[in-house]
Amino acid sequence: MNEALFPVAVFFAAIFTNNILLTNYLGMCSFLSVSKELETSAGLGIAVTFVMAITTALNWLVYRFILVPFSLEYLRFIVFIIVIAAFVQLIEMIIERYSEGLYFSLGIFLPLITVNCAILGASLFMVIREYDFITTFFFGLGSGLGWLLAILAMAGIRMRLKTAKIPKGLEGAGISLVIAGFMAMAFMGFSGMITI
Amino acid sequence: MAKGIVKKTFLAPLGKDNPVFVQVLGICSTLAVTNKLENTLVMTLGVMFTTALSSWTLSLMRSWIPSRIRMMVETLVIATYVILVDIALKAFYPEMWKQLGPYVGLIITNCIVMGRIEAFALQNKPGLSLIDGLASGLGYAYVLMIIAFFRELLGTGSLWGYPILGSWWTNWSIMIMPPGGFFMLAIFIWVVREVVLKEAKK
Repeated sequence: MNEALFPVAVFFAAIFTNNILLTNYLGMCSFLSVSKELETSAGLGIAVTFVMAITTALNWLVYRFILVPFSLEYLRFIVFIIVIAAFVQLIEMIIERYSEGLYFSLGIFLPLITVNCAILGASLFMVIREYDFITTFFFGLGSGLGWLLAILAMAGIRMRLKTAKIPKGLEGAGISLVIAGFMAMAFMGFSGMITI
Repeated sequence: MAKGIVKKTFLAPLGKDNPVFVQVLGICSTLAVTNKLENTLVMTLGVMFTTALSSWTLSLMRSWIPSRIRMMVETLVIATYVILVDIALKAFYPEMWKQLGPYVGLIITNCIVMGRIEAFALQNKPGLSLIDGLASGLGYAYVLMIIAFFRELLGTGSLWGYPILGSWWTNWSIMIMPPGGFFMLAIFIWVVREVVLKEAKK
């Protein structure tokens, strides 16, 4: 494949063929609990996309220029999670100061994000797959958008299901997992489109 | 420590307070590796080790942690134990370490670990917290082992890598692919809840 196009391929693969939620099961906790309403899902999804794109790139810089030169790679779990937590805290403070509207629509989701496994997962995948900086940024952005797409689709379907008669034992988490399974199957239709 | 409390602490996460099928917590990091029994066992042992020891450690430290930076301290303790698991796996079991990839590191964000610390370890004595952490890990492990059992059996016709079902069996390859994990967990939760609902009616 053309070298220059690789980041683009990774970007689309992260959204469709290797969706971080539907093929790697990352970010399930907030996915299951927040996907009841379309609006809140969109808010959380956008916040996740933003944080994931930036922190994955930040973590790449930290890993490449601090951890590798000092052979401290084994500390990456702690360092990555600190970078993510610090970044989330910083963003929360900035939007609280400058934009009240944004704070009330997005700010409430930020604390949830620190413990979202998808964010840390994207950083760990980027290390294992040995992406360069540009690819890493596109991978983070794509993974975030893929997560946003999945949670929006899920919220849409769940809103339609409100009036449906569901077996008692499947209500709540059960039916959401079944829907997620069907969505994962639908997304498998994309496979073969891009191989990375 | 009264014996009754110990027993109750140990048994609750295995049944009525099970982290997976009652609270649906912490499935993110492990569901991805449930297409093979062996991987699942190693992963869940890692989760058990982390939950038990970080509950114990934080329970020991509980009166010295300022509540403002509580989350940060918890994360650091958990991450320390996860790093231990990661290093041990890399040293003694490099093949498995490669297969599990990023999922070992993701134990840090497993909601069960932090959930047990917040809900239990910070209010209870170290010994009891250790038991609670261990039992939560065990409750988590056996559910995922059951899921892995069915996924590997139906998906590849074998268990632990050994062929069981023979050549007449057509592999349900969907079971070892991502949708299979979602369906299997949904079915498991459904069955358990139906049983619990029926018992509640009696």
